[in-house]
Amino acid sequence: MDNILLLIEAPFLSVQAILDGIIIGALFSLAAYGMALVWGVMRIINIAQGEFVILGGYVAYFLYEAGIHPMFGIPVAGVVLFVVGYGLYKVVIYRVVDKDLFISLLATFGLSILIQQLMNIMFGADVQIAEAGFGTSFMFDYNVTIPHIRIVTFIVSAFLGALLVIYIKRSRLGQAIRATAQNARAARVMGIDTDHVYAMTFSLNAAICGATGALVAMTFAIHPYIGLPYTIRSFMIVIMAGLGNLPGVIAAGTGIGVAEQFADYIFGAEFRMAFIFLLLVAFLVWRGRMLARKREVLK
Amino acid sequence: MSTTSTGNTGSTNPLLYIVILAFGIAAPFVMPAYIQQVSFLWIFILFALTWDLQGGQMGYNSFGNIVFFGTGMYVSASTQVALYFDLGAWNESGGENTFIHATDEYFIGLAAGLVLSGIVAAALAAFLGSGILGLRGQYFAICTLGLSVAAGEIAAGIDLIGAGSGMSTPVWPDAADSVIERGTFFYILCFMLAVATFIACKYLYSGRFGMVLNAIRDDEDKAEAMGIHTTRYKALSWTISAFFLGISGAIMGNIIGFIDPVDVAFTGATFGVWMVLMAILGGKGTLWGPVLGAAIFHIMQELFWTYFLGWQRVALGLLIILIVVFLPQGILGSLREHFPEWFGHRLEPVAVEDEK
Repeated sequence: MDNILLLIEAPFLSVQAILDGIIIGALFSLAAYGMALVWGVMRIINIAQGEFVILGGYVAYFLYEAGIHPMFGIPVAGVVLFVVGYGLYKVVIYRVVDKDLFISLLATFGLSILIQQLMNIMFGADVQIAEAGFGTSFMFDYNVTIPHIRIVTFIVSAFLGALLVIYIKRSRLGQAIRATAQNARAARVMGIDTDHVYAMTFSLNAAICGATGALVAMTFAIHPYIGLPYTIRSFMIVIMAGLGNLPGVIAAGTGIGVAEQFADYIFGAEFRMAFIFLLLVAFLVWRGRMLARKREVLK
Repeated sequence: MSTTSTGNTGSTNPLLYIVILAFGIAAPFVMPAYIQQVSFLWIFILFALTWDLQGGQMGYNSFGNIVFFGTGMYVSASTQVALYFDLGAWNESGGENTFIHATDEYFIGLAAGLVLSGIVAAALAAFLGSGILGLRGQYFAICTLGLSVAAGEIAAGIDLIGAGSGMSTPVWPDAADSVIERGTFFYILCFMLAVATFIACKYLYSGRFGMVLNAIRDDEDKAEAMGIHTTRYKALSWTISAFFLGISGAIMGNIIGFIDPVDVAFTGATFGVWMVLMAILGGKGTLWGPVLGAAIFHIMQELFWTYFLGWQRVALGLLIILIVVFLPQGILGSLREHFPEWFGHRLEPVAVEDEK
């Protein structure tokens, strides 16, 4: 409980936590938006989401190693992951698209393990950072630090998110994606090549994750085994917000980001993962209870 | 839905039981070098059977059954130590040198640990089940996945049980070697536990309980409307699984001799997924499917470890995808589809109009 007192006595810590939380939340929201896309259109919960993020992070990291500024990693990772996503769709995902939900869940779980282990073998298990070198600002007498890369990250994620929303709303493919999400069969009858739509949706999601990952590699750090928490956060954001609810996604993402930062102060950083996963369990159980209550009322 | 009856409709050839029992009894004499591998085989069969109790029979696909395994492991090890020594001091020293269990202390502690681990794991399942089993479908699956990771992270943060650096189990007393060897002793435990699990499953599936589970899988709302208290049955099924898993964890901890929170106890990425995979490989929703799947998977897994060293986990990831994509019905499920008469399903002769 000392930690809570500390937070009250030193309000700067709260400011820091909220600022960090909002920036992290923007990143989570971006990955969650991709997950919601795949879930809504293809009825697949992609457990490999986090691995796509980390893979994108490695793309940025290798650009950085090669002497190129990692900011270029954002579009490059997007393109690379788009190709990876398309390949995975053609090899694995299209076989499980219309199967039982658990089958696709398990298939993407297998993909997640596969990618994780391949990254471990090829890139090593070390923690890597792509240094953007933007410097740091301080507020309140050096009590609150803001690395500039975090501000950049926030702006870039907001920009990418907006771009994506406009693309889904306006473009021909975006319309096809939304039509397929509403009713795949009717879309097929209307002449939409749903298989192509599925492939594009899955690749688009991978590309979003790749761009997110490049930002993660610059803002935080990556290593092969850190993917699953990103999957779980995305999942949590999607079920909190509901499918296709963009303001909800942003709110839930920011909320989880801030909650995590405060949990770090209160329980200690070593319990961060446990906190995320227990939050998921608690939220799901609470949600189940609420749904059950609704059902009783309907009776 | 295709015909997925419990799989115990046809009578099993008694020869099969005799062969398996004979193998189980003869294994420590015939291949003493592989005794640990065969012990693991029995535990794997138990994994698959207990997973299938929810996943196959009840339609609740859990990624979190490993929680009970790990809990059992820690409960047993802590009991064995705490009965005679100070648990905190034991873990600080890494369980070395100064703390040696006498022969009788070791076996009394082990017995107490085995019993307690089963009971605590079952109680945990009953507690968790009341909340989590209210979830449906993919929400249940992901919730249990979160639970399994969280459990490992929490265990890694508790200093009393060794935190992230793990905990060692009591050392086998050398004096006992004159009566029975360590490997053989734990082999017998594993074998007996697996047989007990199989008998329990067979008994449960042959009665009302199995029917209720299948009714929940086929249509839970309808089952509820028929007056079945589904939540109670779901929790009971999880509790039974947890009981056996807890004991298996206790044995496993003592076989391996060292408990790491993430790599040995709460191994979501290995045992946690394998139990799902084994049941699916053999054919979920059948009695013999998990047994067959566990046996085949165990052999494959050992081969991977021998021939693809370093790449074994990649190979396993690939294996998951291959099984799920190409064999979602499992071996027994596919066989049943192609040769239904082998499983006691009678085919009605249908007039074939056009023969080619």
